[in-house]
Amino acid sequence: MRISEQWLREWVDPAISTAELAAQLTLAGLEVDSVEPAAPAFSGVVVGQVVELEPHPQADRLRVARVEVGQGETLQIVCGAPNARVGMRAPLALLGAVLPDGVQIVAAELRGVYSQGMLCSARELGLAESAEGLLELPADSPLGEDLRRLLWLDDRIIEIDLTPNRGDCLGMAGVAREVGVLNRCEVKFIAADPVAAAIDAVLPVKLSAPADCPRYVGRVVRGLDPAAGTPPWLQERLRRAGLRPISPLVDVTNYVMLELGQPMHAFDLQRLAGGIEVRRAQVGETLELLNGNRVELDSETLLIADHNGPLAIAGIMGGAASAVDGQTHDVFLESAFFSPTVIAGRARRYGLSTDSSHRFERGVDPQLQVRAMERATRLLLDIAGGRPGPIVEAVAPEHLPAEPAIKLRPERIRRLLGLDIEGEQVVEILTRLGMAVADEGDRWLVVPPSFRFDITLEADLIEELGRIYGYSRLPSRTPLLRMGFHPQPESQVNLNRWRETLVQRGFQEAITYSFVDPRFAQALDPERQPLALANPISEDLAVMRTTLWAGLVKALVYNQKRQQARVRLFEIGLNFLPQGGELVQERYLGGVICGEALPEQWGESRRVVDFFDLKADVEALLALTGQPEAFAFVKAPHPALHPGQTARIDLDGRPCGWLGALHPAVERRLELEGPVFVFELRADAVASARAPQFSELSRFPASRRDIAVVVDEGVAAGAVAQCIQAHGGELLREIRLFDVFRGENLPAGRKSLAFGLILQDFSRNLIDQVVDETIAKIIAGLEAQLGATLRV
Amino acid sequence: MQELVELVHDAQLALAQADDLARLDQIRVHYLGKKGVLTERLKQLGKLPAEQRPPFGQMINEAKEEIQQALEARKSALLAAQLESQLGAEAIDVTLPGRGQRPGGLHPITRTLERIEAFFNQVGFIVAEGPEIEDDFHNFEALNIPAHHPARAMHDTFYFDSRLLLRTHTSNVQIRTMEAQASPLRIIAPGRVYRCDSDITHTPMFHQVEGLFVDEEVSFADLRGVLDDFLRQFFEKADLQVRFRPSYFPFTEPSAEVDIQCVMCGGEGCRVCSHTGWLEVLGCGMVHPAVFQQVGIDSERYTGYAFGMGVERLAMLRYGVNDLRLFFENDLRFLQQFR
Repeated sequence: MRISEQWLREWVDPAISTAELAAQLTLAGLEVDSVEPAAPAFSGVVVGQVVELEPHPQADRLRVARVEVGQGETLQIVCGAPNARVGMRAPLALLGAVLPDGVQIVAAELRGVYSQGMLCSARELGLAESAEGLLELPADSPLGEDLRRLLWLDDRIIEIDLTPNRGDCLGMAGVAREVGVLNRCEVKFIAADPVAAAIDAVLPVKLSAPADCPRYVGRVVRGLDPAAGTPPWLQERLRRAGLRPISPLVDVTNYVMLELGQPMHAFDLQRLAGGIEVRRAQVGETLELLNGNRVELDSETLLIADHNGPLAIAGIMGGAASAVDGQTHDVFLESAFFSPTVIAGRARRYGLSTDSSHRFERGVDPQLQVRAMERATRLLLDIAGGRPGPIVEAVAPEHLPAEPAIKLRPERIRRLLGLDIEGEQVVEILTRLGMAVADEGDRWLVVPPSFRFDITLEADLIEELGRIYGYSRLPSRTPLLRMGFHPQPESQVNLNRWRETLVQRGFQEAITYSFVDPRFAQALDPERQPLALANPISEDLAVMRTTLWAGLVKALVYNQKRQQARVRLFEIGLNFLPQGGELVQERYLGGVICGEALPEQWGESRRVVDFFDLKADVEALLALTGQPEAFAFVKAPHPALHPGQTARIDLDGRPCGWLGALHPAVERRLELEGPVFVFELRADAVASARAPQFSELSRFPASRRDIAVVVDEGVAAGAVAQCIQAHGGELLREIRLFDVFRGENLPAGRKSLAFGLILQDFSRNLIDQVVDETIAKIIAGLEAQLGATLRV
Repeated sequence: MQELVELVHDAQLALAQADDLARLDQIRVHYLGKKGVLTERLKQLGKLPAEQRPPFGQMINEAKEEIQQALEARKSALLAAQLESQLGAEAIDVTLPGRGQRPGGLHPITRTLERIEAFFNQVGFIVAEGPEIEDDFHNFEALNIPAHHPARAMHDTFYFDSRLLLRTHTSNVQIRTMEAQASPLRIIAPGRVYRCDSDITHTPMFHQVEGLFVDEEVSFADLRGVLDDFLRQFFEKADLQVRFRPSYFPFTEPSAEVDIQCVMCGGEGCRVCSHTGWLEVLGCGMVHPAVFQQVGIDSERYTGYAFGMGVERLAMLRYGVNDLRLFFENDLRFLQQFR
């Protein structure tokens, strides 16, 4: 809401500066976004009158004018404006004038003719975005008068960001009322005295949907002068509020809306048939709107109709067929109260947002309609003449908003605000706000004025009290609280420990959008159909991720394109998994690495990451559960991963994640510099931990034997280790795989795995014979189950 | 006699010239070994007359003792020199960087969230969570924002269908917690939220921390107290100016927005605070009776406050980040600044 300070001060003029006024409004909940000059800076521009106009001898498009600027003095001005004519008054920039763009006017020859200044358009003075020609000033503008004074341009625009509950301040009257309350000053409300009817003409009004429109005020005005122009003061006020002047009829209805907050509409009387009916639309009805669009109406839509059909969407936009134009001389004015619930959401549905719908959906004072009509009639008559008919008011009192009587208890004020406030002060503040306050002993009964339709509850009254009392004066308190511990289950791994572990291992945490590029989703999780947004912000953020890789790999691409070859990223967040008609939102933990294994440094050989680098990171995470042995890495296929370098991660035999190299074809498709390795774990699988459980330490020394087991390539190291474990008995404490070897004297298709086996007994020193027996059992088991041989 | 003195002198000379332990040992064997010069002399004592034996014996023993001492002294000098040279050879350039993996870092949003959570944990708020794809009821209806309420226009919502949407705030967790748990309640709800808006100052996803405190005696004064304190602690500025302004949220009444004195210019006015000296950082208020009614809490018995803060905003102010969009580009050059 843009407020002209000058206009506001005509209504209410507290003795405070603009800055103080702005701060006061902000602290009262009418947040001031900005305070800006109403017109850009310019100087040396005065009212001039064209007294002679001759063609330019050298240029077809230019003319040479003599312009009078008062006291008989005339100046020769070269002018290119098509609307220049003898007798016209327009702004003249004198020699030495400085225009908003910083240009200084100097005497100049234009195609051989001397010019002593410049006649200006509204655009050149920064008063309009565009202009067709010179800004025409009223014929009674004093010659030589400074234009800034003439149009009172030394004004400021206070832009207020109103909250949706303060629809009452969508008019100058509301803001003035608020300023009056805050400063305890009188507000000079503009008179809206009844304008007597001069003719009998009326148009009957029928309320067929009285709950949607409980009050409709109409009036016929005949014999308007279609040639009349809107006076500059009114045009200026519209412009300062952000509206474009159009014609006296439209301008007057807009002006009353800005002044009182009542949206109005003007119909061309000649284009109406029969009478007005306010009703819901019927299916199949259509209407061509003022903006030229033809819309299909639905039964939720409230219409203004005549006997031929729809005229306007009530409270939102008028129709093209009944609109006023430059020829209109007979008019039907509308000033109605539409229920917010029938307007709310309707404008949006038709893709419209108008000043009218903005006000009706927030609420309009249900008692304002007749006053607004009288005010509009007066203005219209003053500007364009005409003869008004009597006011026709159709009203369904039972559907007008009830005026609530709200009980207010002092005890409740204290409990909500923490404030002890004197009863007198409560009454004083509420009365100042225009409320009727009745004392009922231990409480008050409060009736808010009709324009404060936002106040319906005790809590609303308490907010008003706090607001006017001043939030800054309300107490601030550090409460005393009951102590009580919250559970801290040791059987759960704290999220932060995952983060810390990965950070310590060189990962940088990423946060990527939960909606991802369908191209990445398709490449990285091709077998799942992601949930699509109905209204995505862009094509590349259109579906909900089913894997964290979609965002992480995209972040990798982003960094690779910025010369980052070594990337280690992880993210923790929800995946959105459609599963059998249901949507599962589950937390995952994922990572991506590529480039060198270590940051570039001296003393370590350079090596590109591989599967086992990332596997170690995953194992570090699994170790946080205290039961890493419950997890298994199982060779399994994944459509986005390299068929030879992919492990499914199982917890107690159930899949809970993946680890692997991206499939080279996927890397190519996503324009990645590979190889790229990724992992993802379902968070709840790694979230439950086993609390540590002490086991006895052995007092006897351990003994170690190393064996090199030769097996076929196809035999997994994990299977060999399992076999050793199974045959090692309880003396076998630990198995360490310390070498994997191929070639030289090994037959093709075989590999050697070297294990260090640690044996220890709790009750005695191990003698060689016992150790030998155990190792022999293990070797026998390996030979029998895996076709292993021992390498010597 | 003279001979013994010369012998000791020769030995001392030889020791002084010896420059390693092997040479030292040769000298020891030559003089003091089983067949050494002095041992031989002792053996020959028997050939002397009995009265001469003790004085000669004593002189030989003294000579032995003298050589032994010289030997020890030389040995420790040589060992010391050897250690010295070993240490010299082992000297390194201590300014070379350390080896191995280097730690990464947390995302600045996580870092900020952890800080916020830690503060509120101290005063007994526990973290609550809820779904990000939410139904219309929990995101809007239950928060006193019925269909077509003008406040919905302030939430540019991402929809999936007529019922499901991406939550526009973490206030849904308020509702879910009040539905599931009995009062009193003290929770914070950190998390991702979504609005269909993208420009220099808006990203379609961002983070909020919502707080809720419901008990029998909770007032606006308590809300002021906790937020004043939090903001001063968060920015580590004991005299930070905090102001509460009346505002409007459908789910609180009274409602307020909270401004802090601009942390960039100290309230003098700068580009960051649009030359007002104030920065809006929070929205808050007392839980609206209609919200209590939706979740079946008796608003006569209980009162409560709720607040919501934008995490990106706080992180930007705290760390001086000048472009919101940086948080979600995940550019390593940006992320690595928050190690």
